[in-house]
Amino acid sequence: MNVEEYVTGVRKGEISVKENIKKILNEAKKINKEYNYFNVISDDALTKAEEVEKNRKGKLAGLPISVKDCVCVKGMESRAGSLILKGYKPVINATVIERLEKEGAIIIGKTSQDEFGFGSFSTNTDNIPKNPLDKMRSCGGSSGGAAGFTRKTENVHAAIAESTGGSIACPASFCGVAGLTPTYGVVSRYGLIDYANSLDKIGIIGKNVKDTKLVFDVIKGKDERDSTSVDADFKDSKVKKIAVIKESLNVDKEIKEIVLSKVGKVEQVSLPLVSKYALSCYYLISMSEASTNLAKYCGLRYGESLELNGNFNEYFSKVRSKFFTKESKRRIILGTFARMSGFRDAYYLRAMKLRTLIIEEYKKLFREYDILVSPTMPIVAPKFSDIKKLSPMENYMMDILTVGPNLAGLPHLSVNIGTKDKMPVGLMLIGDHFAEEKLTVKGEELENRD
Amino acid sequence: MRLDKELVLRIAKNARLNLTEPEIKEFLPELKEVLDKFSELSKADIPSNVNASFQPIEVKNIFREDKIEKCLTQEEALKNAKHKNDGYFKGPRAI
Repeated sequence: MNVEEYVTGVRKGEISVKENIKKILNEAKKINKEYNYFNVISDDALTKAEEVEKNRKGKLAGLPISVKDCVCVKGMESRAGSLILKGYKPVINATVIERLEKEGAIIIGKTSQDEFGFGSFSTNTDNIPKNPLDKMRSCGGSSGGAAGFTRKTENVHAAIAESTGGSIACPASFCGVAGLTPTYGVVSRYGLIDYANSLDKIGIIGKNVKDTKLVFDVIKGKDERDSTSVDADFKDSKVKKIAVIKESLNVDKEIKEIVLSKVGKVEQVSLPLVSKYALSCYYLISMSEASTNLAKYCGLRYGESLELNGNFNEYFSKVRSKFFTKESKRRIILGTFARMSGFRDAYYLRAMKLRTLIIEEYKKLFREYDILVSPTMPIVAPKFSDIKKLSPMENYMMDILTVGPNLAGLPHLSVNIGTKDKMPVGLMLIGDHFAEEKLTVKGEELENRD
Repeated sequence: MRLDKELVLRIAKNARLNLTEPEIKEFLPELKEVLDKFSELSKADIPSNVNASFQPIEVKNIFREDKIEKCLTQEEALKNAKHKNDGYFKGPRAI
């Protein structure tokens, strides 16, 4: 059963919302002991289910939704996978949560992730999700719990996820589900615990493309509380011409062949600036923005704190040093460095200018093609034992295919298209700004193509 | 540009982080590797008339009426703070 069939059943009175929510909560608790997909499982979802049961209305009536830990849910611990925010219970709902609940969706819990989204394997956190197909392997990151649970659950479900540099596409690919990252600004980020403001996007992970689209239609739209949200003029769903990105085929040979055989005979196009500079540009910008965003965590207003000893600087430094992971510390140092006087022009500003050229490079191709295609990830989900051997830079290199569209704010969709050594392989469709309809139409076609 | 222990400690101080000796030893080669990679940006040919994209899409100024709107109550604002006193956040001493 997909989301549409489930919601139709609920609205007709054929499905008991209460029974269904009880079932998925029990399943989540059971799975969680072994797979670590949730940081919190809701204790008031059943009460909400009773309310929906009485009033079976809304585009997502009775639909169980999990929410990435970095998206604020009122009264539910929301700590973005970080220990520095342990115990933080937001007093507001993120706009996406308001919109989902207004349409009858039921929040079942907060999913595990890399701390603040800093990672590609969901290993930079205290609650590491395991791949649903092989527990020795990663779910991908940073929305690892979201993708893992979406694949593992036997119930109808969709996950709210978030991407800064590939955190929706990567785990969707590694877990064999669909992941839709919308155009920058199309989904409100009010209530998102931010990573990098010019890159963050809230999106959806679902069992299939159609499920992600239904949830997207509910959460999209301008929000006055997010000054970067846009009133989008969406493009139509017609897909006339697609092309494969030549440089993206420099990946595992089997993955390349699976992607090319799925997509059929299409032209290959080149994105030289993207392939050469997008990774460095992305990491410079994201670390610079992250280092300023993380300045607010100081053990004063929310999250973890210590005894109030020493002066401000000593206290803040003590709290931050104790509760941030090593990866957060690395990114804070690199980001602070890139913004320091004397280095700012050479690193941060240069990356911002290159981003302009990278956006132009994509735009030029979108004048001729509706969709650009690449593998989502250069490898299948790696084993935890292999991840441990990677240096930070080798970790960052894993995002080589996803940073481009994220840097340019372009919508992209990862579709599950096959397996290599029994592990899922994802194909990524990239569209022009506001071309989500084209992506989901083509994505559904590829998902169902033999 | 040389990234050495002294510079890392200076940056850490700016960012309010106390790094331990083992952390510095671990971070130094890692940070150097990352900065070497970032340095490739200096090779890119960027015409002088190219503007920086601080956002990936065009963001317009948004104005609203200058009137009082609902915001967090004092109680809500303090709800997640451990150290508080008489309706205020309680912080460490200033100096």
